[in-house]
Amino acid sequence: MSEGHSTYTPKTGIERWFDARMPLPRLVHDSFVAYPVPRNLNYMWTFGGILSLMLAAQILTGIVLAMHYTSDTNLAFDSVEKIMRDVNSGWLLRYLHSNGASFFFVAVYIHIFRGLFYGSYKAPRELLWILGCIIYLLMMATGFMGYVLPWGQMSFWGATVITGFFSAIPLVGNWIQELLLGGFAVDNPTLNRFFALHYLLPFMIAGVVVLHIWALHVVGQSNPTGIEVKSKTDTVAFTPYATIKDAFGMIVFLFVFAYFVFYLPNFLGHPDNYTVANPLKTPAHIVPEWYFLPFYAILRAITFNIGPINSKLGGVLCMFGAIAMLFLVPWLDTSKVRSAVYRPWYKLFFWLFVADAILLGWLGSQPAEGSYVFMAQMATLFYFAFFLVVMPVLGLIETPRRLPNSITEAVLEKKKGSGHPARATAAPEITG
Amino acid sequence: MKKILTSLALLGLVVAGTAAIAAEEEHNAAAPTHFPINEPKEMSWSFAGPFGTYDKAQLQRGLKVYKEVCSACHSMNLVAFRTLEGLGYSEAQIKTLAAEYTIHDGPNDAGDMFDRPGKPSDHFPAPFPNTEAAAAANGGAAPPDMSLLAKARGVERGFPRFIFDIFTQYAQGGPDYIHSLLTGYDQTPPAGMVIPEGTHYNPYFLSGVSLKMPKPLSDGQVTYDDGSPQTVDQYARDVSAFLMFAAEPHLEDRKKTGFRVMIFLLVFGALVYMTKRRVWADVAH
Repeated sequence: MSEGHSTYTPKTGIERWFDARMPLPRLVHDSFVAYPVPRNLNYMWTFGGILSLMLAAQILTGIVLAMHYTSDTNLAFDSVEKIMRDVNSGWLLRYLHSNGASFFFVAVYIHIFRGLFYGSYKAPRELLWILGCIIYLLMMATGFMGYVLPWGQMSFWGATVITGFFSAIPLVGNWIQELLLGGFAVDNPTLNRFFALHYLLPFMIAGVVVLHIWALHVVGQSNPTGIEVKSKTDTVAFTPYATIKDAFGMIVFLFVFAYFVFYLPNFLGHPDNYTVANPLKTPAHIVPEWYFLPFYAILRAITFNIGPINSKLGGVLCMFGAIAMLFLVPWLDTSKVRSAVYRPWYKLFFWLFVADAILLGWLGSQPAEGSYVFMAQMATLFYFAFFLVVMPVLGLIETPRRLPNSITEAVLEKKKGSGHPARATAAPEITG
Repeated sequence: MKKILTSLALLGLVVAGTAAIAAEEEHNAAAPTHFPINEPKEMSWSFAGPFGTYDKAQLQRGLKVYKEVCSACHSMNLVAFRTLEGLGYSEAQIKTLAAEYTIHDGPNDAGDMFDRPGKPSDHFPAPFPNTEAAAAANGGAAPPDMSLLAKARGVERGFPRFIFDIFTQYAQGGPDYIHSLLTGYDQTPPAGMVIPEGTHYNPYFLSGVSLKMPKPLSDGQVTYDDGSPQTVDQYARDVSAFLMFAAEPHLEDRKKTGFRVMIFLLVFGALVYMTKRRVWADVAH
């Protein structure tokens, strides 16, 4: 937090030497040891740490995989299989990396929904939120290009469909699409530039993560009550309090991650991607990775022309619009109260929105035919209504519950209200 | 207002429900729109579950079926003979096995291509020189390579089963499918169903009512020397298990490592959790 005063005192000669020249130990101490965090953070706040861990893990496994991978359309598929069969622990690296991408998205979705629930995007955290949205956008680009690299059927056809979106843009669409593809269709130049970009983007993500953390350390963390830190009793030191809690959160997350890597490594993938890409044979259903499915459903929900906008362009606009909504959230939400804990109506709509997003995800995996289309249209309507109607209107008409005066008061109230202190200490707590 | 919202939510559920029912629509047995017509039968496999291991005798039988039947049309390009150590064969046995094959190699110092007996580092030679030849010899469609078949096939499980699959660790969709397909011939198509000429009806086929491949296995076709029943069903089980091995030779290793990782995370997690309780003991939160 921007308290300005560093509590770091170098103890050894070497620390003093560094501190006078480049105070890196001071930076680390102030950011990860003495840094004050609200004392009432729950486990939803451990996902920032989990995401950093996943980014590091993806970069490490990715670099080793790149040493064995060949980005040539004739060799790519077999080179991945060589990793799976002949490279020492290659199967582990690849399953960690491919499932790691999925779990990176699991974590980021929880992180984003946490922000939406507790109003973490409200002033003064708008920039922090927007930097997060940029990271999410970069992650989507990275994930999409990574899925193309094994050069299976879904790689190829997914790339064909997704780059096809760009051709819907008026005037410059075809030009952009050809630039992306390096030709007129997905082929060797596409694979090569996707590989180069897939290697580049994670480092750009890391860069924006630094900005994200910087912004966080200026404004400080929000917390479940949404009330700003007012006094020293509202906070605890990052180390050991947040570090140990983050560590436990990470281990639980890794446990679930490992369960998939070792027991269900292909559960989140598509069988068709174990068949080498064939430009002459279209799969029965082209589906993107699960983490794109809600947006894919929105894209396909627009089956009608809107004035001069044809359905294809309309779908693309809605899909990108769905992501753009996130960027606008700080200004769409008109409520004075941050946290949904004190906003009964917003809380209800928030959970409806979560259900809607899951429904859209499921619809995205189904063929776009019959009643699915209508359901997707309704779900899309609610998706946009949540941002454009519910968020601004609810903030104006809703009567929030009484807010506690401070974090400390909220914590002590909760403690008093929990009733059976003997049982409360005996039962293992789950939500901190 | 709460009442209005509850009724709205209910209405939403009703709409979704009717839509889902409408999606099922009329079933016309003679002209099905969704494939496969029958879902694959779930078999019990030795390699299923957290402690699954391959049944080596079964894999050896499966290899025999592949060699004597499937390999006439299907390649297995990604599998090297040395991989067959996982079937319990010794190095010497693999050398002998590889030497049964003739490998087209070269060019030699004189610039000529030549044939030589196979070595353990060679991969299974393909039955056709190229995909075009394979397609031409098989009525226009090349038989798929079998190296990854057990992972490249799978029938969509649908909601809510795909959720249960997480807890039951169901990952045998590939072998289940292959087994069902191989045992799914010999059935009479429903009256009025049009079976294109040169194709064979099979209600388990993933992408249509019938496929080009004729019934490949029949009782007694492959001789087993370990006394296992020489039936189509047994052949299908064995070759499906073998194909799972071909697609995922490190499966046992993966599950074994996984168990250690899970135990480690459990113990480490418990210790960190207790430490966390201790650290936070003096702070209400």
